Amino acid sequence: MEVLVATAIGVLTAGGVYLLLRLRTFPVILGLALLSYAVNVFLFASGRFAIDMPPILSKYDTTSYTDPLPQALVLTAIVISFGMTAVLVMVALGAFLVADSDRIDGDDGDADDEGAAR
Amino acid sequence: MGDGGNFLIVIALLPFIGALLPGLMIRAGRTACAIFTALPTALALTLVLILAPAVMRGEVIQAELEWLPQLGLSASFFLDGLGLLFAGMILGVGLLITLYARFYLSGEDPMGQFYTFLLLFQGAMLGIVLSDNILLLLIFWELTSLSSFLLIGYWKHLPEGRQGARIALAVTGGGGLAMIGGLLILGNIAGSYNLTDILRQGDAIRASEWYHLALVLILLGAFTKSAQFPFHFWLPHAMAAPTPVSAYLHSATMVKAGVFLMARMWPVLAGTEAWFYIVSTTGLITMILGAAIALFKDDLKALLAYSTVSHLGLLTMLLGFGTKLAAIVAVFHIINHLTFKAALFMTAGIIDHEAHTRDIKRLGGLRHLMPVTFVIGTIGALSMAGIPLFNGFLTKEMMLEEAAHTVWAGSHLALPVLATLGALLSVAYSFRFISHVFLGPVRDDYPHKPHDPPFGMWAAPALLVVLVIVIGILPAAIAGPLVAVAGGAVIGGGELPYYSLKIWHGITPALFMSVIAVAGGAIVLWLHRPLDRVWITAPRPEAKVIFDRLIAGSVTISRAITEGTHNGAISRYLAIFVVTSVLLGALAFAGGGLGAPTRELLPVPPIFAVGWIMLIVATLLVATLHRQRFQALVLIGIIGLMVSAGFVYLSAPDLALTQISVETVTIMLLLLALHFLPKTTPVESPVSLRLRDAVIAMTAGGGVAGLAYAFLLRDVGTISDYHLANSYEGGGGTNVVNVILVDFRGYDTYGEIIVLGIAGLIIFALMEALLDGPAARRLRNTDYSQNRSRDRHPLMMVVATRVMMPIAVVVGIYIFLRGHNQPGGGFVSGLVIAVALLMQYMASGFAWTQTRQRIEYHTMIGWGVIIAGLTGAGAWLAGKPFLTSSFTYVHLPPIEEFELATAMLFDLGVFLTVLGAVMLMLYSLSRIARYAGETVNVEPMDYDPADTIQVTKEEG
Repeated sequence: MEVLVATAIGVLTAGGVYLLLRLRTFPVILGLALLSYAVNVFLFASGRFAIDMPPILSKYDTTSYTDPLPQALVLTAIVISFGMTAVLVMVALGAFLVADSDRIDGDDGDADDEGAAR
Repeated sequence: MGDGGNFLIVIALLPFIGALLPGLMIRAGRTACAIFTALPTALALTLVLILAPAVMRGEVIQAELEWLPQLGLSASFFLDGLGLLFAGMILGVGLLITLYARFYLSGEDPMGQFYTFLLLFQGAMLGIVLSDNILLLLIFWELTSLSSFLLIGYWKHLPEGRQGARIALAVTGGGGLAMIGGLLILGNIAGSYNLTDILRQGDAIRASEWYHLALVLILLGAFTKSAQFPFHFWLPHAMAAPTPVSAYLHSATMVKAGVFLMARMWPVLAGTEAWFYIVSTTGLITMILGAAIALFKDDLKALLAYSTVSHLGLLTMLLGFGTKLAAIVAVFHIINHLTFKAALFMTAGIIDHEAHTRDIKRLGGLRHLMPVTFVIGTIGALSMAGIPLFNGFLTKEMMLEEAAHTVWAGSHLALPVLATLGALLSVAYSFRFISHVFLGPVRDDYPHKPHDPPFGMWAAPALLVVLVIVIGILPAAIAGPLVAVAGGAVIGGGELPYYSLKIWHGITPALFMSVIAVAGGAIVLWLHRPLDRVWITAPRPEAKVIFDRLIAGSVTISRAITEGTHNGAISRYLAIFVVTSVLLGALAFAGGGLGAPTRELLPVPPIFAVGWIMLIVATLLVATLHRQRFQALVLIGIIGLMVSAGFVYLSAPDLALTQISVETVTIMLLLLALHFLPKTTPVESPVSLRLRDAVIAMTAGGGVAGLAYAFLLRDVGTISDYHLANSYEGGGGTNVVNVILVDFRGYDTYGEIIVLGIAGLIIFALMEALLDGPAARRLRNTDYSQNRSRDRHPLMMVVATRVMMPIAVVVGIYIFLRGHNQPGGGFVSGLVIAVALLMQYMASGFAWTQTRQRIEYHTMIGWGVIIAGLTGAGAWLAGKPFLTSSFTYVHLPPIEEFELATAMLFDLGVFLTVLGAVMLMLYSLSRIARYAGETVNVEPMDYDPADTIQVTKEEG
């Protein structure tokens, strides 16, 4: 189990970083989305894993529960990363509409492929 | 903290509060503005005078407001003899300057602004002399640099003014930075940042191995502020300021701050060889150099500026001697220099104001035209020259006496001779001030016919020269007590050495030196014309040119670095950032040893393995197929679902709910945005670059995976036991995650919803700005019709979403209500309802839906934040800290007993903000669609089977 989650985090990170280094806005946004999955799962994993022990207090048994704190932190992180993604999408969209190019380094020397859309 | 302490805090605050007044009062006229500037100053001065008797008795008044005790930072003030002297000077001269400036500034100058800056400066200066905490002192120190920048550059239209202000800021600000280091070291050695504690630990500090570094750094701060060689050049350039500023900052206050600091630190830092040689030598060089340059300056204010440099050098030298007597002489000279130099600056300002020139070569003979100014200026200059019966004489004699007894590097002669030379030059330029400006024949080529100014303008300098004479004749009676108490504070308590303040000390070495100085000075003045020619032809390094080159050089280097690293390619920054993070991580890994694993591996059920494979494959596909943007989005959706499923399996139902609803909203948003973006990504980077990126990515991924694996196998201490134990008792809920969100860490959540609300508003604002600019034109001119489906509002979908809407809302409410005890809560239910509404928008079109709902999303965000905030603030009413929740159980007969908690109200705020923000984001996007020519449909669906066929034909 731990191996699987760790590799999943690693693959998500690798994919995220690779997309982050692309030259167009859309892949970068996708890369950030992948990275946020990776980070969220990573933070969640810092509470270690437990199966069938949700942090919902029960009257009937006094068994142990999984660590609730990372969950609370990740919950807000998920919502915030959504807000961040949304703002980025808008910025990217605005940049494209204004500059007629979605390259992220501002170098639109080869904007001819966009020329068709004009 | 008694009354005195309270007074002290009020004194420190008054100028800052007062700074608000002039800007307002300028509407009521210039005189009213001046009066309201004088008011806080006068009030503060009165309070200082009320405290004065106690200080004169030897008491030290203290006040402390704790601020950040963990950092040793508190707003603590104290008033001792030295502080009293300086506070009196700052406020007293401040009053005189306020009066003088009222008449000096012309109608075109923004007077309110001037007085505001003046009060800000006054407050900063007062803060320096009253601070008991050296960190606080640093803050005020930097504030004087900043406010003096504003004052020197007050005449913004003059390039010299702007330049002078910049030079002053660069030099004094740079010195201030060095001083921060020095004072922090000092605080570290002493183990306290309180000045009173530090002053008690002189021996420990002088013995410390850090002493020399701290000394040099602190002296850098003091020397730059007090214009000591080689930093003296900023002061003459600062003379581009209006004369009231020069008189205030550059005679009485700011340049004395460095001297003040040296005097303040004297008990701690003085007495060592390093102190003696650095401080006294710097002072000596500055004294002679300043006096020599002053002699050949034709600009009246430049002459006075360099003479100030020279006198500051004298003060520095005296403090550098390290003897108690010399320190007391320095204190006395601070008073004397203040009186005559401020008067002289004001005189120069009057001459400039009346004759429209300050060039000595164009003046002369003013004695007949401006008799009052002549008297004031002459008394000031004679005092500056050190002529008996004026106060400058007393301290010059004492200085020479001290110099005569001090051995410098084994030489008994060096100091007395050089000090006499300094005094001689001082006499020469003082006499020149009198003879070349006032004496001689009346000329007929003044730029403007001068005459004495109105009383208001000469009243302030007149008062100061009265002091010059009174102190000069009756020193012991008038200045004696103040010198004693301030001097006592400088030398750090203990016996005062024997000294006597009187005019006639008998036939002493100092008297001979004085006679030589006066006679020599007169001869030099007589020879001024030939000497001037020699001076002008002699090559000499121009400090300003060197300074300008230094600045230009550092600008070039900075620019090279900036342009070298910031070439606009964000991919490169990101790559550097990732590689650096990986390297740092590797370094950290290599540094610490890893203990043995303490946890067993959990078994892998087949279903989990299937999910894992889907996630890995989807991720790899996203990375390879990202050029097909729609496909990539679908794959992202799969990843999100797998992550949610993982959360479910690993006992995190709340996370799963949130992730799945966020996933839905994100994908919808990206889909909508993709409508306007290119649908594919072109191949641009060469294979080598992609390979490089892949290597970076895999290294980063491998590192993170390794890190995750390492800590997953090891246990760690956690604070969650507290949350689990107190969730029900203290927070009234059994869903611990929710209780943490709305109670234990409610403050975080409160911040988070505000961020989310801001994100929504940013998007809205961004759209508004976009649709005002070229983007709008582009949208209108682009034809999107090929991308549009023929059946924009499919019947099946419209019907299905409308049936589901009430169900979804009920589910949302249910999730919200049970959130405190079962998985759910404000975040999730906000998202669920947002998704339900989004479905309506997608199925029936935005405009159609928009007309059927009457809530403004901005308002919703606002209400959400307000409700959450008020709920938190409600705890104050119960006398508890912000966001303390309370709850009770209610039993209404037909239904089961249920709980009412304030946390639920807070959660309602969360819910509203989340819903509002998400909907506002969507609303913004749909506005773009409207601009792009999307039509508003009147009917919920394009094809209504109930209608006849003609209707649809008309529409088409």
